[in-house]
Amino acid sequence: MSKTTNISIKEELVDLYLSNLDLITDNSTPTLNRGRQSAIENFNLLGLPDAKNERYKYSKIEPLFTQDLEKYFAPKDITFKIDDIFRCDIPEIGTDLALVLNGFYLPKGDKLTKLDNGLIYGSLAEASIKYPEIVSKHYNSIADNVGEGLVALNTAFVQDGVFIYVPKGVEMNRPLQIINLLMSDENLLVQYRNLIILEESSSASVVVCDHSLSSQKFLSNVVTEIVAKPNSKLELVKMQNEHNDSTQLSHVYIHQQKDSKVTTNTISLHGGFIRNNLNVLLDDAGCENSSYGLYLMDRNQHIDNYSFIDHAKPHCTSNELFKGILDEQATGAFNGRILVRRDAQQTQAFQANNNLLLTADAKMNTKPQLEIYADDVKCSHGATVGQLDLEAKFYMQTRGIGEKEAMLLLMIGFAHDVVKKITIEPLRERIDELVNKRLRGELSRCHNCPMHCC
Amino acid sequence: MLKIKDLHANIKGKEILKGINLEINAGEVHAIMGPNGSGKSTLAAVLAGREIFEVTHGEILFNGKNLLELSPENRSREGLFLGFQYPIEIPGVSMVNFMKAAVNEQRKYRGLEPIAPSDFLKLMREKKELVEIDSALTNRSVNEGFSGGEKKKNEIFQMAMLEPKLAILDETDSGLDIDALRIVANGVNKLKRPDNASIVITHYQRLLDYIVPDYVHILYNGKIVKSAGKELALELEEKGYDWIKNGE
Repeated sequence: MSKTTNISIKEELVDLYLSNLDLITDNSTPTLNRGRQSAIENFNLLGLPDAKNERYKYSKIEPLFTQDLEKYFAPKDITFKIDDIFRCDIPEIGTDLALVLNGFYLPKGDKLTKLDNGLIYGSLAEASIKYPEIVSKHYNSIADNVGEGLVALNTAFVQDGVFIYVPKGVEMNRPLQIINLLMSDENLLVQYRNLIILEESSSASVVVCDHSLSSQKFLSNVVTEIVAKPNSKLELVKMQNEHNDSTQLSHVYIHQQKDSKVTTNTISLHGGFIRNNLNVLLDDAGCENSSYGLYLMDRNQHIDNYSFIDHAKPHCTSNELFKGILDEQATGAFNGRILVRRDAQQTQAFQANNNLLLTADAKMNTKPQLEIYADDVKCSHGATVGQLDLEAKFYMQTRGIGEKEAMLLLMIGFAHDVVKKITIEPLRERIDELVNKRLRGELSRCHNCPMHCC
Repeated sequence: MLKIKDLHANIKGKEILKGINLEINAGEVHAIMGPNGSGKSTLAAVLAGREIFEVTHGEILFNGKNLLELSPENRSREGLFLGFQYPIEIPGVSMVNFMKAAVNEQRKYRGLEPIAPSDFLKLMREKKELVEIDSALTNRSVNEGFSGGEKKKNEIFQMAMLEPKLAILDETDSGLDIDALRIVANGVNKLKRPDNASIVITHYQRLLDYIVPDYVHILYNGKIVKSAGKELALELEEKGYDWIKNGE
């Protein structure tokens, strides 16, 4: 039964591609067009992940695509001045701000900005014209089009997204902020692509905020490729705060080269259905990867974090910490796969997933998955699903702190473990504040934004 | 200040307190002693409002209010303080946020505005000095990774911050070396005022060398079997608990 649906959705999407092929390619660039044909063929073979796919055991993808969703192959004219209606809740952490509207880069002036230090950011489509050699070398080089149907689908349809290029030796001392906005008067499917390249010995921090500005249903299927060259350093903080009728399928691929250091921190506050795939390849000695995540879910929200840390080479370290609080009927899943290949001696890999369930209806499935083929390694994992510590609550009450406030303090403390990993201080403070508000139920929307979208 | 009348309490159907009568007035220090399992900690827990104990009979009046009808937080706001025998670690909650929440909730109950940040820091500094607690401890999560002695000092620090009318110190001396014991006792003595009172629960006479009680009660098998002045503690130290257990 579900198979039939899958075939029809798959066929529908393939048909959509074939019947709009001219539109898709004419609006795009040779570099982005190059991968489409094989991608759609792969998608035709793979289809959407179904119930038989172990990695998607707790997240049904097919029904998400059966909703009536509009697709656009060029930016749709939306008549408003974005600055008038939107100010991000994390303002002034940096002056460099990139806006993406419904998957298309929204230039304030030029489609690409080149800073004095040589750093380039802006539209991926534009970059593939202006810097074809850089883009074609890295674009689609690490995303898995062969094993992941959703990625193949993205590659087939992609039009734009964000491009960030940090030249050799450049150290960005302030974060670059990307704000993804969804706004439409009809339900929408958006599929965009981000490409972040850190050349040798460069460093950068990037903050990505996902927002929805109208109440329509959105389905985002987003692929981000990150190439961290030798001795480079990246901190990526992603804040997911879309309304609860939206779906986000995020696929992040990170390729780490010798002695590179990459930290990601994914903070999921709002969003109806969130699936985060994080794929990290530690491809040379001396790499350090830290993957952190925090999810605060209530009502009927669903969150599914999948991570795959591939220790391909010796002397690398990975650290994973994912924590979540699930209230009401929220459901969640965590699957953390760590692969230590035979040659990856002296690997250190640590993973923890801790969850608080606030109601009997909230549900969490957690699955650590370590595969170790080297014999000289240090690995650990741990997963917990529990309730708030009643002893701690009572202790606080005996100091005069009310029951509700005590529970809030405990939850904020629980969440802070993840937030404190953010090294950009003003950002950490803002996220702490947002988490605080979220847990108090005051964050129905970013409070600086006049739109009442979530 | 505190009147306990014929208090009976159960845990999981088993009676632990079997008719406690006790009256405490402002300005007094009462010591409650007794062998293990006599019900000392249960009495402290029932006073603080721990839910796992079921009060089956009797009443407790605290400054004229029916204590048993109050939630644990309202007991605290009314001026009751329990120093825990085993203070709880709360990872992720900083001492500063914890104390600020506690102080402000107490103030709110009394119809006061939240404390100004500068006043709060000043208060913290004063009380830290008073109880000789290391500054670094208050920068950490509540009790997390504290040594036994640090945890107990932290209890006294919290007591100093909240200035309760009645402090119940449950085996505050257990696990303390002599220096820590002295610091804890000094803190308690410095906080003593004519308008407050304390109950010191202890197993050994040692603490009472530093905190001199006005009354000593011996709790045995869920009842106060003997009450007298401070000399009773010395008698206990000398004879042990056997003469109590054997019914004199």
